[in-house]
Amino acid sequence: MTRTRNTFLVIMITLALSGWPPVFGQAETGPDSAELDTLAQLYDAVAFDHAAHVEMVEGNCARCHHHTTGVAPTNPKCLRCHPGGQEADSMACKDCHSEKRFESAYLAEIAANTDRFHTDIPGLKGAYHRNCLGCHQESGGPTGCADCHARNEKGDAFFSSGKYAPKSPQKTSGH
Amino acid sequence: MKKLNRRFFLKGGMAGTALLADTGLAKKASAADTFGGYPDSMGVLVDFTKCVGCRSCEAACNKEQGLPAPDKPFDYMSVFDERHKGQKRRTTEKAYTVVNRYNIKDREQGPVFRKFQCNHCNEPACLTSCFVNAYTKTKEGAVIYDPTVCVGCRTCMIACPFYVPAYSYSNPINPVIKKCIMCYDTRLKFGRPPACVEACPQEVMTFGKRKDLIKLGHNRIQKNPEKYIDHLYGEKEVGGTAWMYMSDVPFEELGFNTHLGEQPIISYVKEFLTIVPMVLTIWPALFTGFYLLANRKEAFKNEKPSGNE
Ligand code: HEC
Ligand code: HEC
Ligand code: HEC
Ligand code: HEC
Ligand code: HEC
Repeated sequence: MTRTRNTFLVIMITLALSGWPPVFGQAETGPDSAELDTLAQLYDAVAFDHAAHVEMVEGNCARCHHHTTGVAPTNPKCLRCHPGGQEADSMACKDCHSEKRFESAYLAEIAANTDRFHTDIPGLKGAYHRNCLGCHQESGGPTGCADCHARNEKGDAFFSSGKYAPKSPQKTSGH
Repeated sequence: MKKLNRRFFLKGGMAGTALLADTGLAKKASAADTFGGYPDSMGVLVDFTKCVGCRSCEAACNKEQGLPAPDKPFDYMSVFDERHKGQKRRTTEKAYTVVNRYNIKDREQGPVFRKFQCNHCNEPACLTSCFVNAYTKTKEGAVIYDPTVCVGCRTCMIACPFYVPAYSYSNPINPVIKKCIMCYDTRLKFGRPPACVEACPQEVMTFGKRKDLIKLGHNRIQKNPEKYIDHLYGEKEVGGTAWMYMSDVPFEELGFNTHLGEQPIISYVKEFLTIVPMVLTIWPALFTGFYLLANRKEAFKNEKPSGNE
């Protein structure tokens, strides 16, 4: 966690130097909790304790809202081009991370927009898991698939599990 | 030719074989002189550094392809400990994709999980070797096959450098080849990604035009040189494959054959074909080609695996 601390320092210094006042106003710490259900299909919605996580990261919103709150990014690789962390129009992950990342319409849109610098953007599902699960793996948060979202019946069928589990395990065919 | 089935094939005897071999094989072989993969074909870039081994891709494949129920649920993780004749799991007629776990010494993040399925070669050896023309490389990049044409000779199993095609024994009279078709019928054809790609929570796989993915992959490596091995497996191997891989541990440690070379398998066969394009000499030539290939595969097998399994 020393790296986080260092980058946090960097952020504070950057902020001090730029004389940037953190006028968060109402959105100072964001919502207390959020129900993440945009993708819900095999799993129920995720009850996300926003406030608890804000506390965990000691107010470093950029750990998740990477440089979209006006705070400098934590990733040093991004700092090079986004030193101040310009405020983005939106805070919601889904506004930049597509739900249909690999559909032909989205692929065509990326290909058509040649002004776009970032073309290797994960979709919404990838952004959530790499961010949430990634940190949980590093910092001891829950990592089981059912820890963040309970699997529903459709999910059980998908995984051939629960009441959809194979009845009698057949012998694997000769190979 | 579409109607050809095993029985007809047997009745046709040698004459039929010769005719098919001549028209089918020779044409394919000479066309390969200029063929380097369709320009706008699609592909998948697999980034092993992101895989958490949840097997969602296996479950998605099973449902999408309407495969028989698995022996064990897809959330059953002890399959990673399974060994079949000492080998990790491979694709079968019931599972067109499998994920295997590789324990890598001193890797901070723990084991690496490797997804395995047909690589959809630009110049597929299965296609070249098939003398009833059951295989097609579509312009979208998928290597598909027509099971009604397949006579069950298994030549493609021998030809495949990645040991992908499996056999369905459920119909003993007419066993046919079974393998991943990149969800061609249900998705790829309509411009949609394969089911496994879409199911992955970590987005381990990136779907797009193959030529874009090559750029994207190298870009990712360039931005994180301390993380990735500087190699996109499948960019050049055996003439290029639609599925490509990036990793933070050497590919040999994940069971990849890194001795296949950059020549498509077809070239080894082709040399003989162009010299003596006569029907009866094709078979010995083919098998000489396979022999060379088998040797390369064997050489790889005999190497001691470096990582502890
Ligand atoms: C740290 C929390 C967390 C963990 C652990 C986690 N997920 Fe998720 N998952 C999320 C969030 C957040 C979403 C987005 C929910 C939404 O928008 O509906 C999500 C959505 C999904 C979705 C799409 C929604 C659906 O219902 O189909 C799938 C599939 C999924 N997760 C699979 C998995 C699998 C498999 C694992 C285990 C490897 C896993 N997740 C572990 C947080 C998590
Ligand atoms: C652990 C990750 C995490 C941290 C840390 C975090 N947020 Fe969030 N925040 C989220 C997620 C996830 C959402 C839901 C976004 C969505 O709906 O796509 C959210 C939503 C929000 C929203 C509502 C956005 C909208 O349009 O729905 C605001 C405002 C917000 N956060 C502000 C903050 C601020 C300010 C901080 C720092 C004090 C912060 N967040 C820290 C993950 C985080
Ligand atoms: C080499 C310079 C460079 C680096 C390094 C860089 N960016 Fe950017 N970034 C840009 C440019 C140029 C734009 C504006 C064009 C665009 O939207 O792609 C931009 C825009 C963005 C946007 C706004 C995009 C939108 O859709 O509104 C986000 C978010 C972003 N970058 C995130 C990151 C993150 C996260 C990193 C670190 C992993 C990073 N950037 C690293 C150059 C860079
Ligand atoms: C203003 C647009 C924007 C918003 C809002 C946004 N992102 Fe991003 N995100 C980007 C861009 C652009 C990149 C690509 C940066 C790069 O090129 O590495 C990115 C990259 C990422 C990555 C890096 C993937 C990787 O493998 O390194 C993760 C994880 C991520 N975003 C998660 C989130 C989460 C979680 C949220 C919501 C809390 C969010 N993003 C909100 C634009 C955005
Ligand atoms: C900065 C690292 C970090 C990030 C990013 C993060 N988490 Fe967490 N999260 C944690 C830690 C650490 C815990 C364990 C807290 C504890 O045990 O007290 C936790 C706990 C949780 C829990 C269980 C809380 C409970 O009540 O037991 C859920 C659910 C969760 N996180 C969801 C998410 C989701 C969804 C995201 C992404 C939007 C996310 N987390 C992103 C660090 C993180």
